[in-house]
Amino acid sequence: MAEAATATPETRPLVPHLKLGETRDQDYLAGSRCQNCGTLYVGPRQFCAKCSSQGPFATERLSSNGEVYVWSIIHQSRPGIPTPYIAAVVDLPEGVAVNANILGVEPKPENMHFGMKVKMETEKVSEDREGNSYIAYHFVPA
Amino acid sequence: MREVAVIGVSMIKFGRYPDRSVQELGAQAGLEALKDCGVEMKAVEALYSGNLYQTSGSGQRILQQMGQTGIPVVNVANACATGSTAFREAYFAIASGAYDMVLAIGSEQMGKQGLLGSGGDPATSPEGRVGSYIMPSVFGMAGMEHSRAYGTQQEHFALASVKNHFHSTQNPLAQYQKESPLDEVLNSRTIAYPNTLLMCCPTGDGAAAAVLCSMDKARQYTTQPIKVAASVLTSDPYTDRDLTLPDISTLTRNAAKIAYEQAGLGPEDLSQVELHDCFATAELLHYENLGLCADGEAGKHVASGAPWINNRIPTKYEEDIAPLQDKTYQPRSKAVVNASGGLLSKGHPLGATGVANIAEIVWHLRGQAGNRQVEGSKVGLAHVIGLASACTINILQK
Ligand SMILES: [Zn+2]
Repeated sequence: MAEAATATPETRPLVPHLKLGETRDQDYLAGSRCQNCGTLYVGPRQFCAKCSSQGPFATERLSSNGEVYVWSIIHQSRPGIPTPYIAAVVDLPEGVAVNANILGVEPKPENMHFGMKVKMETEKVSEDREGNSYIAYHFVPA
Repeated sequence: MREVAVIGVSMIKFGRYPDRSVQELGAQAGLEALKDCGVEMKAVEALYSGNLYQTSGSGQRILQQMGQTGIPVVNVANACATGSTAFREAYFAIASGAYDMVLAIGSEQMGKQGLLGSGGDPATSPEGRVGSYIMPSVFGMAGMEHSRAYGTQQEHFALASVKNHFHSTQNPLAQYQKESPLDEVLNSRTIAYPNTLLMCCPTGDGAAAAVLCSMDKARQYTTQPIKVAASVLTSDPYTDRDLTLPDISTLTRNAAKIAYEQAGLGPEDLSQVELHDCFATAELLHYENLGLCADGEAGKHVASGAPWINNRIPTKYEEDIAPLQDKTYQPRSKAVVNASGGLLSKGHPLGATGVANIAEIVWHLRGQAGNRQVEGSKVGLAHVIGLASACTINILQK
C-alpha cells in the first residue's frame, strides 16, 4: 500500500466543456468537431451521435459571447441549492448551445428577453472536502 | 402480425400508500384486471411489469403476491414511458403469435421522493451554477421555446391545468379531485417559470394493469374487446441543441406519424387523447406534436374549448377565458384531452402512468367512464414521453 499522499488541492472546472487558463479571464469553453461529418459538440466527445463514426475529434475554442435562446426562472431546486436563479440555454455563434445561469440581473421574467446578448464569465463556486476548488461559468448581459 | 385486443383493465386510485408495498399495489391491479374480464391467473402466459424505482424483479415480486405460476416475466424500465413500454411488449407478445393471453402491469411507489433527485455531491453539481437540468426547468424552457416562436402566454399554458383539474373532479381514481380556476393556477407559487405549482404534476404511488389477448379469442371473454390499432415507441433523433435542451417534440411527432399510419387514422378521427401533461407547458406542445391543431395554435386550441369534455368551456370559467380566445379559431381535432384529469391532477406514479392511460381510454370506449364519459368515444390515443428519451403512442379502437 502506498502512503496516503497529501495531495495538493487542485483548481478544477465544474463541467468538462470549461477549460481553465492561468487566470480567470483566460478561461474558455471548448468544443469537439467530428472530422468525419463536421458536427460540432460542446465538450469532449469520443463518438459521433450524428454520423456514428469514432471521430477523430478536433478541439475548438468556442466564443464567450452568445445570445439567450430560452430561459426559465427556477424557484424550487434540489436541496441546498439557493433559489431563485435564471437558467438559460445560450446559443453561441459557432452553432452550438450551452446551459448556463444568467447573473447580473434580478431573476424576474420582465428582466429577460429572447435573443438577449450575453457574455461569459467564470468564478470559483465551491470547494470539496479535499480542498479542491471548482470553477464554473455563467453569462451576464453584454 | 395478429390483431390484438385489450379485454381487461384496472387502475387503483393514485395517491400515497405508505403502509402497502409496491408489489401489493401491482398485484391488486393485476387481479382486478383479470376479474374485469373473467380470466384466471393460470390462463396468463406471460407478465410484462413496468416499474422505474424498484425495477429489478418487480414483476416476480408481484407474482409472489398474485400467483406464482412460473410464467416468464419481463421487467421494463423506460423513464416515464415505463408502463406504456411494458404494454407495448405485451402487445408484441400477442401480435407475434408467441402467446394468446398476457398481462401488463405498471406500478410505482414514489413516496415523498420527488422528481428532483439528490444530484450527488453538492460541491461538484452543476445544477443552479451552470444552468438547470431538473425536470421542471426542462419543461419550463420547452414552454418558453413555444412562447419564443409563437408568443404563447403563461395564461394559455395555465388553461391546461384549469381544464385537467376540472376533468379530475369526475374521476374518483384521481389523486386530486379539486378544481383550480385560472387565477388560482396563476397565483400559486412559481416552480420554474412559466409553470407554477398547480402546473406541475404531483408525485405519488399507484398501479394499473391490462389483460391482452388475440382478437380471435377475445370474444370468449368480453362483448367489448378493444382493438390495439397502433403501438409505437421512439427515441430522440439527433438535434442541434442535443443534450442542452431536451427535445420533447420531435420524438412525439415521429411516433404520431408512425401510429397514424399503422392505424390508418388521423388526428381528426380521434374521440379522445390521454397525453403526457407532466407540466402544463407540455400539454400545449403535444397538441401540435400529435396534430390536434396546427403549429403555433395550441394556445388558441385550449382556449377554444375543443379539448375540454363536451368540447366546451364550462360556463363558470367563460368570463376568465374569454380574453384568451380567438373567436375565429376552428379546431382541427375535437378530441377531448385528458378526460381523466391528466398527470396534473390524476397523478403520475411513473411506472403506472402508461398503463393507467390505457385503462382510461378502454373505459371510455366501453362507455364505462361515469360522469366524465366522452360521449360516443370510438378511438382513443394514449401518449407518454420520458426524458432521455422514450415516447410511446398507443391507439385504441372500439
Ligand atoms: Zn460525425
